[in-house]
Amino acid sequence: MIDKLDQVFVLLTHWVVGFLPAFLQPVAIVVIAVAAILVTFPGLFAICVLLERKGLGRMQNRLGPNRVGPFGLLQPVADGLKSLTKEDLVPLSADAAVHFLAPVFLVVVVFMGYAVLPVGRHMTLVNMDAGLLFYFAMGASTELSVFMAGWSSRNKYSLLGAMRAVAQMISYEVPLLMSSVAVVMITGSLSLNRIVEAQNQYTWGLPHWYIFTPWGFAGFVMFATAATAETNRSPFDLPEGESELVAGYFTEYSGFKFAEFFLGEYVGMLSISGLGATLFLGGWSAPLAVLGWVPSWIWFFGKVMLSMCVFIWLRGTLPRLRQDQLMNFAWKFVLPFTMLNLFVAAAWRFMGDGWERWVVCSVVLVIAYVVMARVGMRRKHFGPRSYRYAE
Amino acid sequence: MNFAFYLISGLAVAGALAAVLLKNTVHCALALTVAFAGIALLFLKLGAQFAGFAQILVYIGAVAILVVFAILLTRGSETPKDGVYSKFPLTGLAIAAAVFAVLGWAVLNSASALPGAANPSAAAPTVTVMDIGNALMSRYVLPLEIVALLLTAALIGAVIVAMHEKEEAK
Repeated sequence: MIDKLDQVFVLLTHWVVGFLPAFLQPVAIVVIAVAAILVTFPGLFAICVLLERKGLGRMQNRLGPNRVGPFGLLQPVADGLKSLTKEDLVPLSADAAVHFLAPVFLVVVVFMGYAVLPVGRHMTLVNMDAGLLFYFAMGASTELSVFMAGWSSRNKYSLLGAMRAVAQMISYEVPLLMSSVAVVMITGSLSLNRIVEAQNQYTWGLPHWYIFTPWGFAGFVMFATAATAETNRSPFDLPEGESELVAGYFTEYSGFKFAEFFLGEYVGMLSISGLGATLFLGGWSAPLAVLGWVPSWIWFFGKVMLSMCVFIWLRGTLPRLRQDQLMNFAWKFVLPFTMLNLFVAAAWRFMGDGWERWVVCSVVLVIAYVVMARVGMRRKHFGPRSYRYAE
Repeated sequence: MNFAFYLISGLAVAGALAAVLLKNTVHCALALTVAFAGIALLFLKLGAQFAGFAQILVYIGAVAILVVFAILLTRGSETPKDGVYSKFPLTGLAIAAAVFAVLGWAVLNSASALPGAANPSAAAPTVTVMDIGNALMSRYVLPLEIVALLLTAALIGAVIVAMHEKEEAK
């Protein structure tokens, strides 16, 4: 019974496919899996938007949407209908073809990433040998879409937003990759399924998740920072800083194309949360051995939604960074620290199973963190704000 | 050589042609990206997952972005007044033909050095990412280190070029 519940979606697919002739079955399985991805994650997107508006409302002492449906629960439906029926404006001087392609390209590329994410036991669309590499290849392609949107709009705000976005995404992609490389080094595989299986073991009822090791914890913190920047979320949301750039690279988009950018952003957040959960939080494995009977997909989606809540919490809490702070943080702190983390992970791998590796790795990371933070802060002068140009 | 091969090659060739023939420089760069994507798909179709994804990651994710940035930050994307076509088409043609000849010669000669050359009827060996990693860390470790040194030197050079001049130097 419990096993059936765990595999309910797999069994359901096979049951539906059983009605089809044999030569159609392999195609049908893929089509059903893709359709499930294309339905589930936009559905979660709607829930997340509502959660974000409600949650931010709470944090800012207001109610948030409460007019459509009970407690405003139908607000995402209303938003969707509104963006579908709004007029689609294209600026006269815009480059119409590129302007049209940019949001389409973004949504396609963002959804491609889900192909390799294991959302549950035996629930990966494509079990690829180089799954992580595929994911990052798709993630890197979103930058091009951002550039296309910003450039084709022929608007100075759009272009500035696109330049900021691309510079930021290139800078933080390096630490994102480097912090994941540590996981690959320990697991010895680029396949996301193998990475989850390596973490799906228990000692004294506690899981072998990578976040519970010194290098894994440091890697996860760096990964989370880089992922926040990569998805252009607050406090790294300079590319769409409302007070400076209207809406950044999608200023000139309206109606459904705007909704596509919105969808791309949130689905990208869900996807990178899923990757973070897969790499460091054990993917679909249960947090305690005694909880192993709960279906695996519940754990995966629970972890993803939890990290979405952290994203929302961060947005409600932290002020936006400045461009120079953003770049200095990426290149002078996050990147050296992830590189050090690679060496720590290698030491962890070759020091054997004793307790010594816990002490050595933790001490090295803590000392490095303290020293780098102290050195980085030494040159900073905190005083009254000074203006160079706006005196 | 089936339908998928012709489709992918058509995409790559069309992208490359558009990169040469289009008037707007940014359009050319985007068309070049299409050509890169076509080549990546060809790698994937040949079963070379690592090469294919690395092609996407490096060329579409980084090189294409750098190309468009360079275009934007230097000349702008406007079409120059005297047209985009070269005044010396024959020279360009000769250089292109020479490069193509060298590459073709290298490809044709390398066929005999491949592991499967002695027995052409055998299926191509499947090369996993792990095999590539092992080869890079054992047999080809010296070239890898030399390339790494070269790239580090280039990186330091770029930083020095971009660095602010000291106040006293003015």
